[in-house]
Amino acid sequence: MSAVTELLQQVVEGVGSGAVYASLALALVLIHRFTGIVNFAQGELAMISTYVAWQLVASGMSFWLALPVTLAVSFAGGMLIERIVIRPVQNAPELTMVIVTVGLFIFVNAMAGLIWSFTVKDFPQPFPDGGIDLAGVRVDWSTFGIIAVVAVVMGLLYVLFQHTSIGLVMRAVACNPASARLSGIRVGRVLMLGWGLAATVGAVSGVLVAPVLFLEPNMMGGVLIYAFAAATLGGFDSPVGAVVGGLCVGVAETLAGAYVDVIGADLKVGVPLVIILAVLLVRPQGLFGRAAVERA
Amino acid sequence: MRKTTTLRAAAAASAALLLATACNSQRGQDDKDAAADGACQGQQTTGITDRTIKLGGIYPLSGPASAYGTISKGVSAYFKHVNDKGGIDGRTVVFTVRDDGYQPPKAVEEARRLVEQEKVFAVFQTLGTPSTAAVWDYLDKRKVPQPFVATGASVWGTDDNHPWTTGWQPNYIAEARVYAKYLKEEKPKAKVAVLHQNDDFGKDLLGGFKAAVAGSGIKVVAEESYEVTDPSVSAQMTSLARSRADVLLNITTPKFGSQALAADAKNTRWNPLHIVNNVSSSATVLKPVGFKNVQGVVSATYFKDPADPQWADDAEMKTYRDALRKYAPDSDPANQFNAYGWAAASSLHKALDAMKCPTREGLRDAVRNLKDVEVDMLLPGVTLSTGPADAFPIETMQLMRFEGERWQLFGKPVDTRKEFGPLAK
Repeated sequence: MSAVTELLQQVVEGVGSGAVYASLALALVLIHRFTGIVNFAQGELAMISTYVAWQLVASGMSFWLALPVTLAVSFAGGMLIERIVIRPVQNAPELTMVIVTVGLFIFVNAMAGLIWSFTVKDFPQPFPDGGIDLAGVRVDWSTFGIIAVVAVVMGLLYVLFQHTSIGLVMRAVACNPASARLSGIRVGRVLMLGWGLAATVGAVSGVLVAPVLFLEPNMMGGVLIYAFAAATLGGFDSPVGAVVGGLCVGVAETLAGAYVDVIGADLKVGVPLVIILAVLLVRPQGLFGRAAVERA
Repeated sequence: MRKTTTLRAAAAASAALLLATACNSQRGQDDKDAAADGACQGQQTTGITDRTIKLGGIYPLSGPASAYGTISKGVSAYFKHVNDKGGIDGRTVVFTVRDDGYQPPKAVEEARRLVEQEKVFAVFQTLGTPSTAAVWDYLDKRKVPQPFVATGASVWGTDDNHPWTTGWQPNYIAEARVYAKYLKEEKPKAKVAVLHQNDDFGKDLLGGFKAAVAGSGIKVVAEESYEVTDPSVSAQMTSLARSRADVLLNITTPKFGSQALAADAKNTRWNPLHIVNNVSSSATVLKPVGFKNVQGVVSATYFKDPADPQWADDAEMKTYRDALRKYAPDSDPANQFNAYGWAAASSLHKALDAMKCPTREGLRDAVRNLKDVEVDMLLPGVTLSTGPADAFPIETMQLMRFEGERWQLFGKPVDTRKEFGPLAK
């Protein structure tokens, strides 16, 4: 294998894992856009949705039937969490919100362990096995599949944000809840909708990555760190940014691990943290984000 | 006169109170009545009487490592089975299980509770290297035996400062030696790629392997590590594939074991001989990958696998299965962790039988003075041997290869003590 082919192979690996990070970053961006909060429990909600899908498939349902059922359950579950857990602390300071989502993270993780145990489960691969050789570089069908699904979700979110009235409403809510309420918007419902949609996008992410990572309660914990890096890099309010950010983080991490000897595989996990720090220092709104403007 | 008596009584009472407080504040001291007489004079008899032995164990019944928690069920079932047959030397075993959730601080708390409140005779098994390392100083200070810990770190056997702690299962270095010997015979010019967890466990096994192949034609040509917090090892596997090595040594814990096996199966352009370490050799790791994808994978073991039909008519296996059905009906007899617990408990039984004094000191000495003791749940040819300076009871393993839907043993049991000599301290 030539050096160039090797490099390309590593890039493909990076794009593959980057797409995984992007899928969860989309959910993070969505909920941030809707509700203005950063949800640390997003990965765990995605994980538990994946367990729902696994349970349905394990009880004999076909994958393609289990998927919409899972998405619906996740949507309802997300809305329910907003109503029961988040609404009571809605007006609390941001730190309270962070702590509540961290608490949710721990609770959901433990609950999944209690119900399904911590042993690894196999999750059906929706995409065909195998892949193709492109000039010596092997690309799995599943990599294509994940990228395609992520692109579609990204497109849908973009349309939702920019070209629908609900998108406008939710931007108003995220921007200034008090004014939004005064102009007749049912803020509570919009927030519930935001949580529901984010949980649904998270479920898609979980179902996409489970065949590769193997399903267990800590499956999304590691992914979440990278997804945060992706969302920070791309901008916390931009779906396009989340995907570009995810791919950049994935490729940077893989190449750094493979070619920078000092980093190696040991320090690979440091790469997203360096990215987060650098972005926050240089361009806090991210590549595609809009800087928050405060009226003086 | 009367006044004096009252005064005396008051003084005595306050002295008693003071004493109680003193005892309470330095809970380190043992009860005066808990010492033996005769030849065993002065030795500790806490937790042991003519009729009972109190033992405690600390396992992760909850949390990320809770899959191992079922080991305690195998242990409990063994002791209940023995109790029904008259106990150990007439003594009924009372086995108390505590949950540490695989968290070392919790393990310390539970160890204190077992020693100071339950007043156990010995802490039989703490599970996992972190939890065991967290409690062994305490138990050593309190002179409480900690026999047969459920972890393979080599430190339990090579350390001179903790005479009360001993290992049980083959340590990771011994396991590495088994693979090294196999490769020396089968592929003397092997180029080996290694995937390992970046912690003491991974480094123990990798270090042991490198030392064991030193000076032979076998070369480690690529090494990749991962952190337990990494989402996946696929990038590491791609890097390893570049090495074109003809052997892959997979030193991982279960989830990453599954990922690495799946990544190897998926890569049709690189087909090394895949050796997966014992930690990740259970069916719970292989099944999610798909049995068809793990054919020919090699590993090593030392006790009888209850899922292996080869032992279907084995007397001990039958006893085990009946006992589990009777005393732990909610657990699966085919799960090897239950059999592991059974084998460890049965090993402790032998050590208790061998005690010269029914005291903590007696157990400590018996555990370190085992000579080719046979345990029926261990593989034929695998026995327990220890010495005053050797706290590794099992250092023999047998290789196995995955064929069809289960592991098939092959070759002869490898006694790494004979082949490679004792471990360096």
